[in-house]
Amino acid sequence: MSRSAFQILPYRRPPAGDAPVNDATAYRSTALRHPTQPLVVIPQTLSEITGPVYGYGRLGPMDHDLTRQHDGAPLGERIIIDGRVLDEDARPVPDTLVEIWQANASGRYAHAHDTHDAPLDPNFSGAGRTLTDAHGHFRFMTIKPGAYPWHNHDNAWRPPHVHFSVFGRSFLTRLMTQMYFPGDPLLRFDPIFAAIPTERARERLIASFDLGVTDPGRALGYRFDIVLRGRDATPMDL
Amino acid sequence: MLPLTPAQTVGPFFAILVPATGRATLVTDHTAGQRIVVEGSVRDGAGHPVVDALVEIWQANAAGHCNHPEDSRTLGPDATFDGFGRVHTDADGRFTLETIKPGVVPGPAGQPQAPHLVVGLFARGLLTRLVTRIYFEDEPSNALDPILACVAPDRRSTLVAARRAEGRYRFAIVLQGPHETVFFDV
Repeated sequence: MSRSAFQILPYRRPPAGDAPVNDATAYRSTALRHPTQPLVVIPQTLSEITGPVYGYGRLGPMDHDLTRQHDGAPLGERIIIDGRVLDEDARPVPDTLVEIWQANASGRYAHAHDTHDAPLDPNFSGAGRTLTDAHGHFRFMTIKPGAYPWHNHDNAWRPPHVHFSVFGRSFLTRLMTQMYFPGDPLLRFDPIFAAIPTERARERLIASFDLGVTDPGRALGYRFDIVLRGRDATPMDL
Repeated sequence: MLPLTPAQTVGPFFAILVPATGRATLVTDHTAGQRIVVEGSVRDGAGHPVVDALVEIWQANAAGHCNHPEDSRTLGPDATFDGFGRVHTDADGRFTLETIKPGVVPGPAGQPQAPHLVVGLFARGLLTRLVTRIYFEDEPSNALDPILACVAPDRRSTLVAARRAEGRYRFAIVLQGPHETVFFDV
């Protein structure tokens, strides 16, 4: 076998137990969509430890402020979501794309397939994006999304949430998740939140209210830090 | 060590953020390499089309170079090719990728891997991302690929796109059932 002249540093395998399960029977959409065969464990190669890092797509000046993307202001309670993207070793992940999407204050998405009987807001699209700075820091201005009913079971309501999409430095660090709000009574009834098996892991998706993040007279502040997979200590020859 | 942030489903409304539906073009007129088209589909355990899946592609360029600082090999980077694409399935659960066939990327012990696209799949009803690969039927090097070798022989064909014509391939992602696609823990 020929060996090329460099090594790769693999990413740590996630510990068992804290990740959500795809076979979550209480979340009905999983029934026909979760794979039934076990995942096949493969080694990490250059194909996986690399990934899109050069700022996928162009950012517009108002992309991080969902309250200023239209001529008028959206209805709802203005909030700031402030956080950092870190790896498991607490190292900041700089210059990485963070994207959010969410329902409006009435609990309605600006999407053709959302049939919830709540008003659309012509001043709210519900999509935002930003890059983390050199310290892994990001900040969005938006409005607090509303709860909305869905068809999963009788009298089912999704708790207010903001969808997050984060890339990190590698194909292996890619994360899609949802941020929830502290003290929400709907959380304990939500089968998507409950698909995360442990309370300690579920709590990581609940933002914390932070008076220090607020913009006095204008917006409440929440802190939401995101932790992506980190590197293993032992390099691998390629 | 900090504990990982858990994943949640992408849900059905991701298109608010990225509207590309049905087709993703990773190339420009100036991208080097053999142009290929992959006609993909996503189906569930009942054979129904999955109309709200998000498919992400990551691949090397025609020289086998990954557009990333950790690929320090002296292979020609291609300024017209990032190697990343994302697309929603359409109303029939289908998607089309316009890209180039990637070059050779080294495997775990430096041996060559067969040309492949790395795939991440998100959808309503999936709490986590599913990871798979697209290989190409007309590549003899598939027989020596170190990742395909990790897969039971009778399931390897689920990772190989069928050749329909010169540079045209078809690839079915089946989430569940007898022809279930192989998904990876990586």
